[in-house]
Parts: sequence; C-alpha cells; structure tokens
Amino acid sequence: MSDSSRVRSGSTLEIRDLQVAVEDKQILRGVNLTVKAGETHAIMGPNGSGKSTLAYAIAGHPKYTITGGQVLLDGVDLLELSVDERARAGLFLAMQYPVEVPGVSVSNFLRSAVTAVNGEAPKLRQFAKDLKAGMDALSIDAAFAQRNLNEGFSGGEKKRHEILQLELLKPKIAVLDETDSGLDVDALRVVSEGINRFRASGETGVLLITHYTRILRYVKPDFVHVFAAGRVVEEGGPELADKLEAEGYEAYTKASA
Amino acid sequence: MGLETKPLSSLHAKSSYDPADFEVPTGREEEWRFTPLSRLKGLHDGTAAASGNVLVTVDAAPEAVVETAGRGDARIGAAYVPADRVSAQAYASFEKATVVTFPREAVASEPTVITFTGSGEGAAFGHTVVVLEPMAEAVVVLEHTGSAVYADNVEFVVGDGATLKVVSLQDWADDAVHVSHHHARLGRDATFRSFAVTLGGDLVRLSPSVAYTAPGGDADLTGLYFADAGQHLEHRLLVDHSQPNCKSNVVYKGALQGEGAHAVWIGDVIIRVEAEGTDTYELNRNLLLTDGARADSVPNLEILTGEVAGAGHASASGRLDDEHIFYLQARGIPFDEARRLVIRGFFAQLLEKIELPELRERVFARVEAELER
Repeated sequence: MSDSSRVRSGSTLEIRDLQVAVEDKQILRGVNLTVKAGETHAIMGPNGSGKSTLAYAIAGHPKYTITGGQVLLDGVDLLELSVDERARAGLFLAMQYPVEVPGVSVSNFLRSAVTAVNGEAPKLRQFAKDLKAGMDALSIDAAFAQRNLNEGFSGGEKKRHEILQLELLKPKIAVLDETDSGLDVDALRVVSEGINRFRASGETGVLLITHYTRILRYVKPDFVHVFAAGRVVEEGGPELADKLEAEGYEAYTKASA
Repeated sequence: MGLETKPLSSLHAKSSYDPADFEVPTGREEEWRFTPLSRLKGLHDGTAAASGNVLVTVDAAPEAVVETAGRGDARIGAAYVPADRVSAQAYASFEKATVVTFPREAVASEPTVITFTGSGEGAAFGHTVVVLEPMAEAVVVLEHTGSAVYADNVEFVVGDGATLKVVSLQDWADDAVHVSHHHARLGRDATFRSFAVTLGGDLVRLSPSVAYTAPGGDADLTGLYFADAGQHLEHRLLVDHSQPNCKSNVVYKGALQGEGAHAVWIGDVIIRVEAEGTDTYELNRNLLLTDGARADSVPNLEILTGEVAGAGHASASGRLDDEHIFYLQARGIPFDEARRLVIRGFFAQLLEKIELPELRERVFARVEAELER
C-alpha cells in the first residue's frame, strides 16, 4: 500500500451518497467513496452493478440523471459543472468504448484538449515533442496522429489512445472505465505501464473500474471496493481482489438480489 | 424548337428551349414541390423583367480562349436542352453568352475564374459554355456574389480524354435568388469533377446534371451547403447513364441552422438499358444543428439494365451526435468549440477534395464564418 497516511497537498475526490437514474430506473443507490491523491482504488463488481454508471455520472454524461448526493473535487461540487468544466477542474474519464469522431484528427483533437485544460495553447514544438514521447511510450505508431479520432482503431489502439490523453492532460483524478477490456496481454502491459507512470508522482488519484482482477496484477490498488446493485457492498485492501479472483461475484449478486 | 421526350425513363421526361413548352409551375409538380415559388420573383412564370444586371468577368488561364458570343452561336445549347421552365426562360432571355474554350491537348497552367457579380434589383439571365477539346485539362472556378435575381444555364462540354475540374461557389448576398442548371456532357474516357459550395442567397436552386456520349466517362459531383435561418438551398442532381462502362459518384453534405433553414437534395440516377457496366453511387447527409430547420433528401435510382458494376445510394439527416460532443467535452473542450470541431469534421473529407490549397482555405474560411453566425 502506498503511503496514503502522509500529509500532502494533493487533490481529493469525495463521492457522497450519490444516487443516479437512467430514464426512470434507479441505478446508483447511495455511493460513498473518497479517493485521495496518491491512492488507487479499484471498483469491482458484476456486470450491471452500476460501475460504469458511476464513471459516466461523475463525468456528466447527459444520459444519467443525478437524483441525490454530491461529487466533490477539492471541495467543488462537480455535479454543478458542465462536462468540460469538470475536465478542466482536473477530472479525467478513460472510456470503455471511445466514440469515433469522423473528420477530426487525433493531433488536432489532442491539441484542442491540451489547450482547453491548460488554459493556453501549448508551444507547437513542445507539444510535438510531448506527443511523440507519449506515443513512443505507449508503442503507438507516428501515423496515428493524422488519423481520424478513434475511427477504425482496434480495441487496443483505442485504449492506448485513452491513456495517451491521460498522460498529456495530467488530471488530478482519473477514472478508468474497464480500460483492460478487450486487451491482449501485451497491450494490457503497455497500458498498465502508462497508468503507473501517471500515478508515479503520487499527486494524482486513480479510480479503476474493472470486472476482472487481471489488470490489478499490473496496476496495484491500495483499496478494493465491491459494487453490487448500485452501491458499495464490501471494501478492503488488495487481498479482497484475490478473494474475488478465487470466489467470483456470486456471493454478492445473491445477497443483493 | 419543339418538344423532345425521352420515353425510356419516367424521370426528367421533358426538355425544350422554349419556356412555352413547360406549364407554369404551381408547386404541386414533383420537380417544384419543395421550392417556394413565391420567392422566385417571377423567374418561373415569365413575370420577371430582365432589368437587372449580373456582371460576368473571366480571369482566364493563358491557354484558354475566352469569347463573348451572341444568341446565334452554334456552340450555345449544343450540349444541353433546358429541362424545366426556369431553365428554358433563362435560355430564351439571355443576351450574351460567355464561351471559354480549352484547345485540344491544352493543359491549363492555372485556374480560370469566372465571376458573376450581381448588382441589385431586377432579374438577369445568363449562359456560359465551357468547352474542353479532346485531351485538354483545366480547372474552372465559378464564383457568384452580390445581390441578384438570376437564372442561368452552364454547359460543360468535356471532350474525349479531357479532364475538367469545376468549383462553383454560391456566395450570394442574403437577398439573392439564383436558379441554375449545370450540365456536363462527357465524351469518351472524359473526367469531370464538380464541387458545388452553396452558402449565400435567399433561395438557390442548383441543378447539376451529367450525360455521357461515349463509354469510359467518369463524373464525381461533390457538394457542400450551409443553410441559415430563412434560407432555401436546393440541389437537384441528375446523372443519366446512357453509355456502357461509365462511372458516377455523388456526395453532398449540408448543415442547417435557424428557423426556416431549408435544404433540399434530389439525387436522380438513371441507368439505361444500354448502360451496362455502370458504376454509380450517391450520398447525401444533412446535419440539423437547431430546431426549426428542415432537410428534404430524396435519392432516386432507376436501373433499366441488369448488368451494372455497382449502384447504390444513401441518405441520412440527423442532429449532432451527443456522444461526439460528450467525448470532446470530457477532454475539457468547451461546448461551442466541440460543436465546431465536429461540424468541421463532418465537412473535412469533402473539403480535402478541393485540390487548390488557396481555394480550399477560402471555402474553409467561409464555412467557419457560417458557424460563427
């Protein structure tokens, strides 16, 4: 476990009694969770337990209706902010299924995003350098920058591209939604290394949402939360992941049914 | 001149040089039902007095021969017979035609720019002929600006093995009315590339058509339009495959915003019995940016032979995709800029087709300006 007890000036994400509905269906039923800088929290749970809803509701996807609670980033309620304001406040969501945007090139998109988050346009030379370094570290081909955003990307390319953005945008808190899904072992390792570089500073918090324990062998969590039926039903350290690996989610799905 | 009919197809059955051969449209006809006739300022019913003026100037490539021809010139109307009442009215009413010829095997070293500048009240009628003799190559830009009530016909005669690339920019003032036919006649192995950009005007109705006189012709028709509040922008395409082994590809994309913004796209393709080996595709997409805008999109594919290499069409009109906007916003990009990026992306693949960098930048800048409105 990292030294989360150390006094630091890093950021904190506090999710308080969060309740979320999609159309008329209540999905999240009071989620409480605090992620501090330097900590990595894994959220695990069966399909349909509301893990992704948590991620998208925090980011502000219009499909999700907040019916109660707060999400505070360093005391600021993110739920009061627009989607882009949340991102500029320091929140990042790596998506499970990044959408294809025709006609918008990766390099143009990344430059626009970096400009928006930093509040000023990056120096072109520096940006090109950072971009190349980021792409090299994730084994992304240079030609990638000229392609249209996520268009025709393989599953692995999409996930690498999400992590490239994570490294370029340097958020305070990163929510990673099933970043491990659809990756072969090599891609999983490359992506995990990117996440580890991002959290190495100790100044950022990570909320890692996953169905499987596989990625946790590469990205060691400090805390593990088990999600079922829209709330956290069990919490523990990394050993909880090992238990889930051995026993599966059956005990939780039965209990909540 | 009398009426000519093409009984093989139910589409575009009629053509004549004489406006009297066409009934005055009432708005109930298939070909007029989308057009607000009351805004045509009399172009359709013979009441538009030819008291206006549209100044035509030509900035030609050195290889081109530019002439002003009188009504009796044999080259006028040789490739095209008007297919509707307004077109026939324009044919019957113009006084002088502009004829630009690229001689046999001439390769134009620079674009030829034909500028049409309207100067206010009254209707005007025009006729333009662009001839590429066999194996010639040229780029021609038609640029329409100012205020006008203008009906005209443009004939593109693309000779055997010749290549013509046309960009037609409709950048009229807000009150302009423009009804225009652009007809291309392709010889053996001729190549025709057309790019229409319609941004300005109260009402623009542009009807590009293509005919083939021999096998091997290849036509690519691209269009981009942006309709603002109250604007009616209509594009009616007709590709008539009457020869074997010819190709056509039509891609038109438009964005609409504001109350009463109206875009109409009609894509007619006929593949006649003798046109075996035809390869054709047409696509129209509309992006509705606000409530109160309306896009009508009607592809018609009439196939009279079983021996086609390819034939397809697609049409879709929709709003900005929330998921696109969410993704960009989730990366800190503010809504307005996210919207701009997505719309720019929507048009990007089309704009890349404009090979002249200066022109591409200009069109791009005009589209950007529309987005700022």
